[in-house]
Amino acid sequence: MIGFLAQRLGQALFVLIAVSALAFLMSHFIGDPVVAILGANSTGLQRDELRRQMGLDGPLILQFIDFMGRMLVGEFGLSYRLGLPVSRVLLERMPATMELALVGMVIALAVGIPAGIYCALERRSAASRIVLGLSLLGISMPSFFMGMLLIFLFSVVLGWLPSFGRGETVFLGWWTTGLLTASGLKAILMPAITIAVFQFAMILRLVRAEMVEVLRADFIRFARARGLSRRSVHLRHALVNTLVPLITIVGLQLGSIIGFAVVTETVFQWPGLGLLFLQSVAAADIPVLAAFLVFIAIVFVTINLIVDLCYYAIDPRLRLSDRAAGPA
Amino acid sequence: MMSAIIARESVIGRLNGWLARSWRSDFAHDFRRSPIAIASMAIILLYVAAASFPSFFAPRPVFDLATLDFADAFKPPAWLAGGDWRFLFGADDQGRDVLSAIIYGLRVSLFVSVAAVALSVTIGVTLGLVAGFFGGLLDSVIMRIADLQLTFPAMLVAVLVDGLLRASVGQRFHEEFAVLIIIVAIALSGWVQYARTVRGLTMVVATHNYVLAARMLGRSVPFILFRHILPNVATPVFVVATIQLAVAIILEATLSFVGLGIPPTQPSLGTLIRVGNGYLLSGEWWLAIFPGLALLVLVLAVNLLGDFLRDALNPRLK
Repeated sequence: MIGFLAQRLGQALFVLIAVSALAFLMSHFIGDPVVAILGANSTGLQRDELRRQMGLDGPLILQFIDFMGRMLVGEFGLSYRLGLPVSRVLLERMPATMELALVGMVIALAVGIPAGIYCALERRSAASRIVLGLSLLGISMPSFFMGMLLIFLFSVVLGWLPSFGRGETVFLGWWTTGLLTASGLKAILMPAITIAVFQFAMILRLVRAEMVEVLRADFIRFARARGLSRRSVHLRHALVNTLVPLITIVGLQLGSIIGFAVVTETVFQWPGLGLLFLQSVAAADIPVLAAFLVFIAIVFVTINLIVDLCYYAIDPRLRLSDRAAGPA
Repeated sequence: MMSAIIARESVIGRLNGWLARSWRSDFAHDFRRSPIAIASMAIILLYVAAASFPSFFAPRPVFDLATLDFADAFKPPAWLAGGDWRFLFGADDQGRDVLSAIIYGLRVSLFVSVAAVALSVTIGVTLGLVAGFFGGLLDSVIMRIADLQLTFPAMLVAVLVDGLLRASVGQRFHEEFAVLIIIVAIALSGWVQYARTVRGLTMVVATHNYVLAARMLGRSVPFILFRHILPNVATPVFVVATIQLAVAIILEATLSFVGLGIPPTQPSLGTLIRVGNGYLLSGEWWLAIFPGLALLVLVLAVNLLGDFLRDALNPRLK
């Protein structure tokens, strides 16, 4: 296990360094930070002076080391667009996106897993065919259109839910949460469902496909022959064996939710990272983009590591093969 | 004269033979027995026809300002009170027919997504062939880049590439290059899928005797890659490309919707929805909902066809 973990940590480190290099090159070659600070009317002399002060005239590799050093202490410079430190802007926006992603994922899992099990057990029933058909609709639905349909139905026609914003938020230290107020809960409902629809469809199809596969296995037939209850066979023997692929997908999808949050947050004007990213792209705010890139890489790498560790927790075979044949 | 007729006969004869053979094939058999595949194919063909000849399919002109009448502005869909059968799906803020706008928008959406997939396939397949055939350092470098890119969701990659290209082109020229930029952005977000598929298959195929024979005959490497190996790894590429087409259509619409894609001067479906979204809260829902439904039906049909192709072309499921 140690060897496996070391290998994964090495990969994670490689990804982080490569992404940082990309972020560095981006901030170095697209748009001149000196001009951005001094304005277009500055003289060449002023620019050269500032360039020397900022160490921008040194060799590229030294600048990169310097960039990495500042990054490690969370120093990404100033946002061109907002004039605020990038790290502060990111920290302010992060809770909104995290809450949205987690609530969306919880909804998708809570509905998707039972529906997937049902569709696998009752493959021929009409209900499971309808659910499966609906899931393909969910996969084909562009998320911004889903959001618009919800807004049209629940905000415009029925007037039940707010069409934009996060509602009232409460401070918990530096973290702001909308989950403790009634208006915050109402506000998160539609964006979270918008995110959940696609994930629900993915999870349902995955759980169903894996369950159908597992239910054919000999050990299931043996468990039935032992006279175990249906419930025990389905949940303790079949479902557990679908968990490894499920966790892989959930891990990957949690990352992609943050990617898709760009769209959902635009539709609902949700004050999170996605909206910030989009505004920064439109304004070519390179320091924010560079920091965002590194941030997303950290999130993905962390999720992937946790997923790998989960394999060990769930699948005893991996632990066994460790002892028998060394690292997997 | 005589020889021309004979030549034509033989071409027709061969065509007939080909048609008859494909009609009897397993694949065509599966296709005929799947109403879902037939229906999705019909929908896709209809969309392609409408996108290819928009002036024939669109009931009213869209770009000619002289034909627009402000008295028609915000006409609701024909079956509602105040509706007009000249405007089946209603009219927009300038009295433009929504259905016609959808058909012209479809043309842009389909062009961009098909071009993006074509570019993506070209990049991905070439890199996959090269990585799988040569192996070694080249393979490691290409696959590391692919792994790195897979760290990020396609949506983010596309937005990022779009943003970087815009920043390098400059605001002034952006409008001229918008279509090109979005095609490149979507293509670069999707090449990894093909590269990984093709690389794995190429590594297997490259060890086969006919490849060895071709090398001993002194065939050039590009010839071997594209004429001998490519045809044997093409089927999965075809399946992946169909599914990626649905992704590309959604990506284009999404980028245009958030304002990073096609400008309103040449609206795609996503641009139409973006513009219509501004009227959603004030009650003119048809401006956004109908282009959205048109998009949804298209993506659904492509996904259904992709599902069918994956199952029908997968020999393991037979």
